[in-house]
Amino acid sequence: MSSVTLKVSEGKKKTKTPAVTKQRKIRKVDEDIMNAIGIVILSLVMFICIVPFWTIIVSSFRSESSLLTKGYSILIKDFSLEAYEMVFRDPSKILGAYRNTIMITCIGTFCAVFMATMTGYVLQRQDFPWRNKISFFFFFTTLFSGGLVPTYLLNTKVFGFKNSYLGMIVPLMFSVWNMIISKTFMRSISFSLTESAKLDGANDIYIYFKIMFPLSKPLIATLCLFSALAYWNDWYFCMLYESKEHMFNLQYFLNEIINSIQALKVIASKGGDVSMTGITLPQETMKMAMTVIATGPIVLLYPFVQKYFVKGLTIGSVKG
Amino acid sequence: MLRREKKGFAKFLSDVVKFRYLLLMLIPAVVYVILFAYLPMTGIIVAFKKYNYNQGIYKSPWVGLNNFKFLFISKKLWPLTRNTLGYNLAFIVFGMFFQVSFAIILNEIRCKVFKKTAQSIMFLPYFISWVVVAAMVQAFFGYETGLVSKLIENAGGTKINITTTTWIWPFLLVFLNLFKGTGYGTVVYLAAITGMDQEIYEAAEVDGANVWQRIKYITIPFLKPTMATMFMLALGGVFRGDFGLFYQTIGNNGQLLEVADVLDLFIYRVMISNNDIGMSAAAGVYQSILCFATIVTVNSIIKRVNPDYTLF
Repeated sequence: MSSVTLKVSEGKKKTKTPAVTKQRKIRKVDEDIMNAIGIVILSLVMFICIVPFWTIIVSSFRSESSLLTKGYSILIKDFSLEAYEMVFRDPSKILGAYRNTIMITCIGTFCAVFMATMTGYVLQRQDFPWRNKISFFFFFTTLFSGGLVPTYLLNTKVFGFKNSYLGMIVPLMFSVWNMIISKTFMRSISFSLTESAKLDGANDIYIYFKIMFPLSKPLIATLCLFSALAYWNDWYFCMLYESKEHMFNLQYFLNEIINSIQALKVIASKGGDVSMTGITLPQETMKMAMTVIATGPIVLLYPFVQKYFVKGLTIGSVKG
Repeated sequence: MLRREKKGFAKFLSDVVKFRYLLLMLIPAVVYVILFAYLPMTGIIVAFKKYNYNQGIYKSPWVGLNNFKFLFISKKLWPLTRNTLGYNLAFIVFGMFFQVSFAIILNEIRCKVFKKTAQSIMFLPYFISWVVVAAMVQAFFGYETGLVSKLIENAGGTKINITTTTWIWPFLLVFLNLFKGTGYGTVVYLAAITGMDQEIYEAAEVDGANVWQRIKYITIPFLKPTMATMFMLALGGVFRGDFGLFYQTIGNNGQLLEVADVLDLFIYRVMISNNDIGMSAAAGVYQSILCFATIVTVNSIIKRVNPDYTLF
């Protein structure tokens, strides 16, 4: 029986082959068109994405007078390190902001990844009887929230976030979104692994650490990157909870620099002496240099986690 | 004797014992959510009170609907709601269009190096904070020295001062939102496409489907569930503005606030600058209820049309 079907299929193949190659040739043409259009469109998109970065970097290496007279440009003109010299004249503030950001990012990312994967692991376990109810208990917080005012009042008055590093760490420590990503990813790991480990007498905590964790590398890399990004780029919670300058993180420090120079400019131009302030402080290039300093490290992290990215980022449904 | 199946409370207790480690692992997140998400929900009552710093949320005197009355009288509610909804819908619709299109295009591109590079570079803007985006806006659109201003000047046109030109902001804000978010969304959809069974494509090839047919009849239908999930999740926040974007670009510029004041900006401003806790909380409650009502309504409609696409 099987030999007959084999023969039949072979016969079919033989007769079909010329047709397939013919079709393939036709298909190649439209695939080429698709590729050409795609490359043009994406090149344009890449250009739009990269030009702002390039402009900022190039501008930070220009002299203030060149920037003020010739304006921003994507070309390298009048190379100068003036801005960086100015920014690093008194590096203690920048280094302090750096220290705060790095500390907060490390602690926060560790907690965030741990909580998201641990919760995600429990809620994807098929044998866990309350998984749907508890999933909804978490998910509900994304549908409805108390809003800014009660959150702010409770956090400052009850939990003591005001002028404490807690104010910058705790709000980003658990994200339901990351929990859902973890759940989706871990569900794709065969449940029989958990079952056989259980038969061998392993408890759930052991299974989570020793079996699921090593198998979830793409997920963990993705979550690390997202959490680190959220902490590194946070200025909002710093603005909300911190009022002492030595506790500012990098982004809020940058925000202050951009805005206080603006304020300075407004005051100076009201006095009618714009040129004076232009000479004393290379304001524009300093802003750009600070932007480069504040953004650089996190962008450099990207190539290391990039290969895990597409695997780690499958978003599934909330249900189940 | 046959062992009887445990029922009710006894079953519950035996389950608790059986899954004690799993329950233990849930504790940190459950405690976190109770303290920082559910407890603030009870704080909503502050919208019905005359907040007094010394007495706190729970002991301040009740004032009924007074805060809502003032909010209503201020006539801010309608423009705020309209702006928030309008901007968010634009963000969702344009965002989804570009994300899905770029993911499909990326998937069709055969040159591996180009594909990887394009993906990486498109993701780059996702890495920066809105503070940095604001710096970029200044570098490009600053009135005196901005790149665009200089280009217009050199071409002999009249420069546009974006801090006073209101019509430009709806476009600029949508553009900035797309600039920062498209790369991320594209990768989400690309991940979905990559996870799909490649044999379907091969089968389609054998049947002689061309690229457009493949995209239309295989890729797009396959992406529908992901699109539905992303759409529903975005819809849950349709009355929540992107605070960072609006705060960093619009901030307190009174002239621009006419076209770009959104609920989050208003709530923050009223709380921090005006120190009017009552009105700010009332606006917050209004926002939360709108969000909740939207998502519940849409979810129940979707449930009738296609239960697979519901969020909960």
